[in-house]
Amino acid sequence: MIKVENINKQYAGKLVASNINVAFEKGKVTSIIGPNGAGKSTLLSIMSRLLNKDSGNVYVDGTELEKWATNTLAKRLAVLKQSNNLNMRFTVKELIAFGRFPHSQGKLTDTDHQVIQHAIEYLDLVAIQDKYLDNLSGGQKQLAFIAMVMAQDTDYVLLDEPLNNLDIKHSLQIMKNIRRLAHEMNKAVVIVIHDINFASCYSDNIIAMKNGEIAIAGNVDQVIQASVLESVYDTPFKVVTLDNQHVCVYY
Amino acid sequence: MTDKSKLFLLLILIIGFAVFLLGHGLTMDNYQYFLSKRTPKVLAMILASVAIALSSFAFQTITHNRILTPSIMGFDALYLLIQVSIVFVAGSLSVVALNPYINFSISAFIMVGFSTLLFHFYFGSGRRNIIVLLLVGVVLSQLLFNMANMLVMMLDPNEYAAVQANMFASFGKVSKPLIYLCIPIILLAAIALFKHANVLNVLWLENDNATSLGVDVPIVTKRILLLSALLIAVSTALVGPVLFLGLLVTNLTREWFNTYQHKTLFIGCSLISMLALLSGQVIVEHVFALQTTLSVVINFIGGLYFLRMLLKNQIV
Repeated sequence: MIKVENINKQYAGKLVASNINVAFEKGKVTSIIGPNGAGKSTLLSIMSRLLNKDSGNVYVDGTELEKWATNTLAKRLAVLKQSNNLNMRFTVKELIAFGRFPHSQGKLTDTDHQVIQHAIEYLDLVAIQDKYLDNLSGGQKQLAFIAMVMAQDTDYVLLDEPLNNLDIKHSLQIMKNIRRLAHEMNKAVVIVIHDINFASCYSDNIIAMKNGEIAIAGNVDQVIQASVLESVYDTPFKVVTLDNQHVCVYY
Repeated sequence: MTDKSKLFLLLILIIGFAVFLLGHGLTMDNYQYFLSKRTPKVLAMILASVAIALSSFAFQTITHNRILTPSIMGFDALYLLIQVSIVFVAGSLSVVALNPYINFSISAFIMVGFSTLLFHFYFGSGRRNIIVLLLVGVVLSQLLFNMANMLVMMLDPNEYAAVQANMFASFGKVSKPLIYLCIPIILLAAIALFKHANVLNVLWLENDNATSLGVDVPIVTKRILLLSALLIAVSTALVGPVLFLGLLVTNLTREWFNTYQHKTLFIGCSLISMLALLSGQVIVEHVFALQTTLSVVINFIGGLYFLRMLLKNQIV
């Protein structure tokens, strides 16, 4: 379990995270939603040691983040930010193999090869596994990065806007796989996401943030309500229920 | 061509040029004299090329760019300032200026100290933006260069002539014992860099992904910067500044080799660097008949390549 206690973070005098308390369980997909500048990515970065917090604590499996050796933590927690620049040409398979770095420090074992192959098959990347990433579409690239995170085989998977710039087909493919990761492999998957309907249909829990604070945290039924979302986004909302899924209409 | 055969080809060419540089015009009567003169020169070129290649390549990986080399940290300018200051304070005939050990030790020590201080302030302050560090380096470089120039203006013309000899790379006048002193230093630093090869591979994925994969990015960055500083300081103190060599060889390596593995890239870059210096020296000696110097040729070719990179916008 990841437990966040009283996190505060300021940028140039502005609070981007204020008094955040929240917990993430294994086996669940948790979406973090909210308007731009609400502090979603900040929270994700702090939880994954990419960003220093001003005060507060983050406990991963009961141990404070700063007490973890970064390499040991890399076997428990993986994070993927939204923009991923590469300074080198890699094939899909080479990229995915980097996911095994925390386990084998670059010298791949038989187990590593099996895990890599499994990730490739799981995300349906067999046909493009030997292609160079700079020849792929944004969605295929994103899938390759997610496969790398999968190969890292951690209990906690944190993804910052995994659907950024993706079309509907790829978005669906990624969200379905995210749900499989959580439900079939008992991982805690935390995603920052803008599309409320994807969040509503594919998450177990949702955290809505506004102005650096948590507006509401709960399961989908508790958060996806017109009154709640209206106050978070300052926009009129209509929530309809189709096939047991809540869908928001705000156009 | 596979990467292995490329390395092999480079090695053959290097041996060819080295043998030519060492062996042309040798007879049974003169070989002792010539070899005793030529061996240190070739050795100095090999040492400098390995040091420059490794330090530039590792530096570019951790700074995520392909246009900056440790020269931008102000190393060349600092070296110049040290040389001018020595002559300015102690005089061109003083033991500090003339004794190669003392001169080498002072230069290398100040340069490593300077970078340590710079990194300490930088990483101690908690900011982790490498671009800021590079900008500080550019500004410092200009400052040091101008200070050196100011001192040059105030120098006696005869003293200035003595400094001028040290302003450009020169392989001919390196003292033999100094070379043997540099071999273990460069070797140890090179081994340390090779030990980081796998971690450096992860840094191709940028700092956030590397952190997620368990690399302690600030510590690795600091270590690599220090190793690069040590290598470049020793090589500059040994042969003088070769501005564009690092930029030239790192980018040729990236273009020519088809791998992301730093182990191969390090070796390839070192070999290309050796080939550049050795073949350049052959051209200087036998085409230009010693009418120009190697650093002029390297800077000319390197400068053109640099411009091409800028025009093709291959900066990052």
